[in-house]
Amino acid sequence: MYVLGQQLVNGLVLGATYGLIAVGYTMVYGIIGMINFAHGDVYMLSAYLTAIALAVLSYWGLHSPWLLIVISLLFAMALTSLIGVVIERLAYRPLRKANRLAPLISAIGVSLILQNYVQLSQGARNQGVPTLIDGAFRFGNEQHFFQVTYNQLLIVVVAFFSMLGLNLLVSYTALGRACRATQQDREMAQILGIPADRVIAAVFAMGAAMAAVAGVLITLNYGSFDFSIGFVTGIKAFTAAVLGGIGSLPGAMLGGILLGLAESLFSGFVNSDYKDVFAFALLVSILIFRPSGLLGKPVVEKV
Amino acid sequence: MKQNFGKRLLGALAAGFVTLILCGPISGIRLDGYEFESQFKIPLLFAAAVTLLRLLSDFIPWERVQADSGELQPGPERFGALSRTAFALAIFLVAASLPLMGSKYLLSISIVALIYVLLGLGLNVVVGFAGLLDLGFVGFFAVGAYGYALGAKYLGLGFWGALPAAALTAGLFGAILGFPVLRMHGDYLAIVTLGFGEIIRLVLNNWLDFTGGPNGVDAPPPTFLGWEFKRSATQGGTPFHEVFHLDYSPLYLDSFVYLALLSVVGLSIYGVSRLRRMPIGRAWEALREDEIACRSLGLNHVAIKLSAFSIGASIGGLAGVFFAAYQGFVSPVSFTFFESALVLAIVVLGGMGSLVGVVLAALFLTLLPELLREFSDYRILVFGIAMVLIMIWRPRGLIRMRRPYFPQEGA
Repeated sequence: MYVLGQQLVNGLVLGATYGLIAVGYTMVYGIIGMINFAHGDVYMLSAYLTAIALAVLSYWGLHSPWLLIVISLLFAMALTSLIGVVIERLAYRPLRKANRLAPLISAIGVSLILQNYVQLSQGARNQGVPTLIDGAFRFGNEQHFFQVTYNQLLIVVVAFFSMLGLNLLVSYTALGRACRATQQDREMAQILGIPADRVIAAVFAMGAAMAAVAGVLITLNYGSFDFSIGFVTGIKAFTAAVLGGIGSLPGAMLGGILLGLAESLFSGFVNSDYKDVFAFALLVSILIFRPSGLLGKPVVEKV
Repeated sequence: MKQNFGKRLLGALAAGFVTLILCGPISGIRLDGYEFESQFKIPLLFAAAVTLLRLLSDFIPWERVQADSGELQPGPERFGALSRTAFALAIFLVAASLPLMGSKYLLSISIVALIYVLLGLGLNVVVGFAGLLDLGFVGFFAVGAYGYALGAKYLGLGFWGALPAAALTAGLFGAILGFPVLRMHGDYLAIVTLGFGEIIRLVLNNWLDFTGGPNGVDAPPPTFLGWEFKRSATQGGTPFHEVFHLDYSPLYLDSFVYLALLSVVGLSIYGVSRLRRMPIGRAWEALREDEIACRSLGLNHVAIKLSAFSIGASIGGLAGVFFAAYQGFVSPVSFTFFESALVLAIVVLGGMGSLVGVVLAALFLTLLPELLREFSDYRILVFGIAMVLIMIWRPRGLIRMRRPYFPQEGA
């Protein structure tokens, strides 16, 4: 019983971070119909940026954990959104009119570039950050209990409010309206005076910022990372996006949480060695049997 | 010059400034435990380089660089059939005489290069001809390699038996993988194949009892007509050098693997180039250019896709057997997504669909890092940059594919 509780908590936390990263995939896919393969590596970059910000800030004599977290979060979000925009500008925008495989191949190239760049500048070894927040809420008695660490609570709360903020942004602001218009029909939106290129850049920035939130939170929680974490996490987040229905924001969050719970329960009760196999198998079967996901609209192919 | 110098300078400085912001933290602050050391020279250098490149880029005639995106037109061959055959034979003979140079180093890098040529040829059928982006190609490579190693361990399969067996098994895997993805195309297909490739690797990594898990499996060295390439034969065998009364040399094994591999590569090139001119090859191209149009012309897309997947996969499987036989050992580490991306880079760089291009790109990408040893750390970076640039400037690759051309008779 307590094991189940613990796995559910872990799954929810894991799922919240998957959901945050999935937002980037789903928004970009919604607006220009490409899988941003480098998105996982953007998340990886944000983990490095967090560690760098923490190291520099504590070198400058800042020790309040909350201030450290807030500043490094803002720093990572700002820089990764800029990276997202630059990647879009350099590697994807020139391919807007090319066939559908070209942007994907270009994105794989970007992913290789980012990974190798970080590996060359920071070294191949594991990096870490110190534990900033300690402690946990415990439920149950001395022998049998499950716990929610303050870190996990922080992840869920911050993820919830980031998603809420993003949803408000997309639903109620001029930029959000422009995003939705461009997503529905880019040509028509352009005719009506919406600067589609800028809107697409903004979507990349938002997606990257959400990945940065996830990167900061995960880094604070697990404490260690290396240059290759982007790949598997990225694929899983993409699975979450597809599960929820690609192109749908609430779908990304729902898909993330479902995937997190499923993975956590699978590794807790079935076999933890095969949890990645499980995630990949889930990805493959969703794409094969229900490519439109839970909340997505079925894609109609037109000639 | 469209803009005046002041504006261009401003643009270049802005680019440099963005570079400085982006590279500043990652390049300028090197993490060391929870501490760090700063090295601000590097991001400044980056920013200066970007500013300079941006300024210089105005002098490049972009229109000429980008003039490639046009349609592929079939044209008559530049050489006659006879001179082409003679040329191909000459190259084959020159390549086959490499073991005479007697350099183990040269042989070993050539073997690795040829394995990638074979992988590139296989993926080229799937991606280049049929236009199905396969990101899990390394899975078939793994099936071939593990097929040989495990076949030798459990079934006593020899090298020569393993070659067709691995080609068949990998081809079967290709078809099995092809079935569920028949309805898909484009990027979803790419992700599904990536998933399959990773599943194969993860299963190999986790199935400890059968595959040895992360520790890998030993693969026996190949034999020729039952003769072994060892100094002294294992129980009941005869070493190769004793049969011919030669002195023992460790080069024999490498030379043998090299020659066998070269023959398989030659046969594959011949086979694939024949396939391309056959109806099936033309059907692949039709599928690549427009799936809906292809199907509406009555072509059976199931047969087309499955044949592309299984033929590509069996070539990948063959490459796997050679990889296992040459290394003498296989482990899941050799079959990561990175290898798939590398083979994809070979196909993309060489020109999707162009056989000559793929062969040259494979040789180039595997031999170049050997020649420039000091820069081998930057290899992946260069691959990545090359993939992006090629997609933008020459989406058909460095060497454009030539469509098979059939002159009209009596015209």
